[in-house]
Amino acid sequence: MTPAVAAQGEATGVERVFREAYGQAVATLIRVFGDITLAEDAVQEAFAVAADRWRSDGVPPNPAGWIVTTARNRAIDDLRRSARGRGLHERLGAAATTSQGPATEERPGDGPVRDDQLRLIFTCCHPALRTEHHVALTLRLLGGLSVEEVARSFLVSEPAMAKRLVRAKYKIKAAKIPYRVPEEPDLPERLRSVLSVLYLIYNTGLDGPERARLRSEAIRLARALVKLMPDEPEAAGLLALMMLSESRVPARTAEGALVLLRDQDRAKWDRTMIEEGHAIVHACIRRGQPGPFQLQAAIQAVHCDADSFEATDWPQIAALYDHLFSVMPTPMVALNRAIAIAEIEGPSAALITLDAIAPDLDNYHLMHAARGTMLRRLGRPDAARAAFARAAHLAATEPDRRFLARQLQELAQA
Amino acid sequence: MSQYLLSTYAVEGEVPGAPGTPEEMGAFMERVAALEAEMAASGAFVFGGALHGPDAATVVGVGDGDLVMTDGPFVEAKEHIAGFYIINADDLDAALAWAGKVVDAIGHPIEVRPFRATGRVEA
Repeated sequence: MTPAVAAQGEATGVERVFREAYGQAVATLIRVFGDITLAEDAVQEAFAVAADRWRSDGVPPNPAGWIVTTARNRAIDDLRRSARGRGLHERLGAAATTSQGPATEERPGDGPVRDDQLRLIFTCCHPALRTEHHVALTLRLLGGLSVEEVARSFLVSEPAMAKRLVRAKYKIKAAKIPYRVPEEPDLPERLRSVLSVLYLIYNTGLDGPERARLRSEAIRLARALVKLMPDEPEAAGLLALMMLSESRVPARTAEGALVLLRDQDRAKWDRTMIEEGHAIVHACIRRGQPGPFQLQAAIQAVHCDADSFEATDWPQIAALYDHLFSVMPTPMVALNRAIAIAEIEGPSAALITLDAIAPDLDNYHLMHAARGTMLRRLGRPDAARAAFARAAHLAATEPDRRFLARQLQELAQA
Repeated sequence: MSQYLLSTYAVEGEVPGAPGTPEEMGAFMERVAALEAEMAASGAFVFGGALHGPDAATVVGVGDGDLVMTDGPFVEAKEHIAGFYIINADDLDAALAWAGKVVDAIGHPIEVRPFRATGRVEA
């Protein structure tokens, strides 16, 4: 969407509808025409028409359906006119005929239309594409972010991001990456890929206030996914994990510096989100099919349950980390588990675990920060200082750097 | 229906998944024969083969208006294409499924690449 359209749109609610309807409309148009670029162009045009028409006529009762119908008719007109599209147009005989009658609005939320977004997200996150393509395609096609917005979120230039998207769309078309929800036995692994992409988008959104849109988009897509795949507990687990993390965002930074969980002002946590997250976690527990996202959500639910850091049920958290490590034995899980262990068995037990995983996470600033914290608690300020200095050197975001600078300052004063 | 090239690469002088003993060789050939029979039965098999090494290659090029022959492969690389299948598949997922079976049979990575066009060019 061009800035001009967005600006006009605010008065008429186009921008609001845009976020909700863009992904639905693009997904449906891709199903009908089998061509991503054609679908994107038609949906853009439809929104431009909407910006004009809705200002005078008001927003229609089913705006997403209106956009789909208008975009489809536009696309068919464009195909009729262009030589390039003639072949495609002939193959689409049925679709073309219906467009000549009175506009029948597609209803997002019903039957095949409802599944269009689901098909598209599996295409965007196909394992034959790279992770950076998964993220870019998902945000562009389903999130409706402009190329410029996606580029800014991932600190790459707009031309570079445009090139990345063109390359990804080219591969989808040339290699014929299918547009469908995978069937068993591929579904669990493919779904994991989709969930990881959404979580990556969410976590990138935590890197700074200018990226907040990524978090809201990731949550919106996760919510849509849960609605579309109600039988997948891991999708629900991801949504709960995001809600519980999001609930603490207001307390996560102060004066531009990261605030650790132990120091957060818990009154700032969003209770509504915590309740929703808790409800999902409880539903997951009743279902009894735990997976990595559900377990991570359960850990966050225990944190959110505590009135203070000291009141946290650490044995419960350590047990959940043990379970998580058994299904996801990564150094990252081991790191978080070690931090929980410190609260039960003390810093020296935690340090032993941290030293064991240190080589695997040598480039990860939070591992060094955790080591620094344990070393300080053990009364080894010189080693603590070295660890925090290494962490500060590796930290990528401003709030993290400020937090670590403060730790170094405190150590210097002690 | 689309067509895909499934190719495997090998370091010069090495055969992908080369079995060490005659028994292993027999088992290897059986796996490949069974896979090819499955491909043929499902209509996926178009063509396939194993290539001689790059030492057997000749490049034909043009220089000063004349054809010039050069001994050796076109690309000077450590790895060279060692064998390939051309298959029919509905989409990339179907092609990847066949590639997975080839990998299982020969124990070596497979590159899957779609054809942009196949068959004879019409003037």
